[in-house]
Amino acid sequence: MEPVTYNLIGAGLIVIGAGIGLGQIGGKAMEGIARQPEATGKIQTAMIIIAALLEGLAFGALFLGK
Amino acid sequence: MLFTSAFVMADTTINDGKSDGGQVDTKKEVEDYILHHIQDSHDFSLFSYTSDEGERKHVGFPLPVILWSSNGLATFMSSEFHHNDDGSVIVEKNGSKFVKIHSKIYELDAGATTVAYDADHHATNAHKVLDFSITKSVVGVLLIGLFMLFAFSRLAKQYKTKQVPTGFGRVLEPLVLYVRDEIARPNIGEKHYRKFTGYLLTVFFFIWLLNLAGLTPLGFNVTGQLAVTACLAIFTLVIYTVSGNKDYWMHILWMPGVPVLIRPVLAIIELAGALVIKPFSLLVRLFANISAGHIVVMSLIAIMFTLKESLGVVGATGLSLVLSFFITLIEVLVAFLQAYIFTMLSALFIGMAVAEHEHH
Amino acid sequence: MDKLLNDFSPGLFVVSTILLLALIALMVKFAWKPILNSLNEREEGIQDALDAAEKAKLEMQNLQADNQKLLNDARAEREAMLKEAREMKNTMIDDAKAEAQTQANKMIAQAQAAIESEKKAAMAELKSHVAGLSIDIAEKVVRQELTNKDKQLALVDSLLGEATLN
Repeated sequence: MEPVTYNLIGAGLIVIGAGIGLGQIGGKAMEGIARQPEATGKIQTAMIIIAALLEGLAFGALFLGK
Repeated sequence: MLFTSAFVMADTTINDGKSDGGQVDTKKEVEDYILHHIQDSHDFSLFSYTSDEGERKHVGFPLPVILWSSNGLATFMSSEFHHNDDGSVIVEKNGSKFVKIHSKIYELDAGATTVAYDADHHATNAHKVLDFSITKSVVGVLLIGLFMLFAFSRLAKQYKTKQVPTGFGRVLEPLVLYVRDEIARPNIGEKHYRKFTGYLLTVFFFIWLLNLAGLTPLGFNVTGQLAVTACLAIFTLVIYTVSGNKDYWMHILWMPGVPVLIRPVLAIIELAGALVIKPFSLLVRLFANISAGHIVVMSLIAIMFTLKESLGVVGATGLSLVLSFFITLIEVLVAFLQAYIFTMLSALFIGMAVAEHEHH
Repeated sequence: MDKLLNDFSPGLFVVSTILLLALIALMVKFAWKPILNSLNEREEGIQDALDAAEKAKLEMQNLQADNQKLLNDARAEREAMLKEAREMKNTMIDDAKAEAQTQANKMIAQAQAAIESEKKAAMAELKSHVAGLSIDIAEKVVRQELTNKDKQLALVDSLLGEATLN
């Protein structure tokens, strides 16, 4: 295989990992909101921050591989 | 929105970054075109077309090029390159020879008359120069900056005469309040937030408006330039590093409450986090999201050409229109979200630096 | 990574840094400071107005409470006056009753005394009458019965019997 292919596989792995992570964050946040609708604001803020950190990590990895 | 998409499409069909200004038809050309678009450009081209005589015409206006070369400062208008992008047009100024290759300006080494390339299409006898040109991105920054100054100083003036703003100010006021009450105040804390609200507001509106400007047919990609996002991230870094209080540095350099042997290790991790990872994640996130958005929108528009054979002209055009319409809608949301996240994280980092811990 | 670093333009970085610094400075001076100050002032104004309204409401409540108190006092006074009047009426009635009673008792007692004295007088008269009758009878008896012993006795008996009946 060409090196480009390895890069693409790596990118795919990163996207899978990030996707699972984002899904977890989003799902748990939804559960939390459903359980305590009055805490929606706080949960959303925390969710966005964690998602942003995860995103930063994933992008970092993607760019290192590019 | 449809208007926007249609315009970007028009952009794609006839404007082209390649040296010959030819039309974009094949997959390779589409890819090149997209990659060219997300880069900064030295002239502000609106569209180009092929005239009846088969000549390529570009509509737009040239921008000044300001270079710091080995022979000192050199300035000329970008029109001297004649929209050439593969290094075949050579501009001589102040005894230096300049060429433009893939939107970057290179200076030919002494004695060289044409650009020579190696196998990877890298120029072998030319080197980069410091390029302070008023590029398309700089024009975008200037335009948005002037717009912000105009709109918000008008809002500021309105408050002198009345309590409640009228007209456009009525749209801006809730946004200002939103940034202050939802981003600055909760993350930085009641005591210190006033000092940093000005910075956060500027950054928020700057990023948001530039993101939105990137979705217009003008085709700015300012927040998709690493240099600009790096600049923003470094501002945040400088602000939270400078305003960090004793507790903040204590927690970074000599973490209380953990065994002494671990403290130096933690200090290295914390220092890396504070000085490298935080700004890096800020700059890469904004850059990647906006660039990815542009690539996706333009790729969907390119479906029109790439699937022309299999779906027919109407099918390919319809599919690309519907898809790019919805993606553009999402991009409008992303434009806001990225501005929000950047400001929010900046506020959070500043908040961490100025927070007053209770001593335990 | 190489490609990205290649794309990074130091010139654009410098230019955008300068422009951003200028933009932040200008925005803070000409836009954010006045806007945020006016917003703060407005919020404080609203807060003050709300506080004043709250205060006015409190005063109103106090006033109402005062009024209520006055009203209550007046009502209590009226009540007391009415009660006093009622008591006075009762005492007057009682006094009148008692006086009437004593008066009546006195009159009854006088009447009884009069009756008693009348009775005594009647009894005395009766006694004297009886004594006269007795003497008359005795005279007649003495005149008739001195001849016949039996008749004498019988007479005495009958007389006695009459006497006891009387």
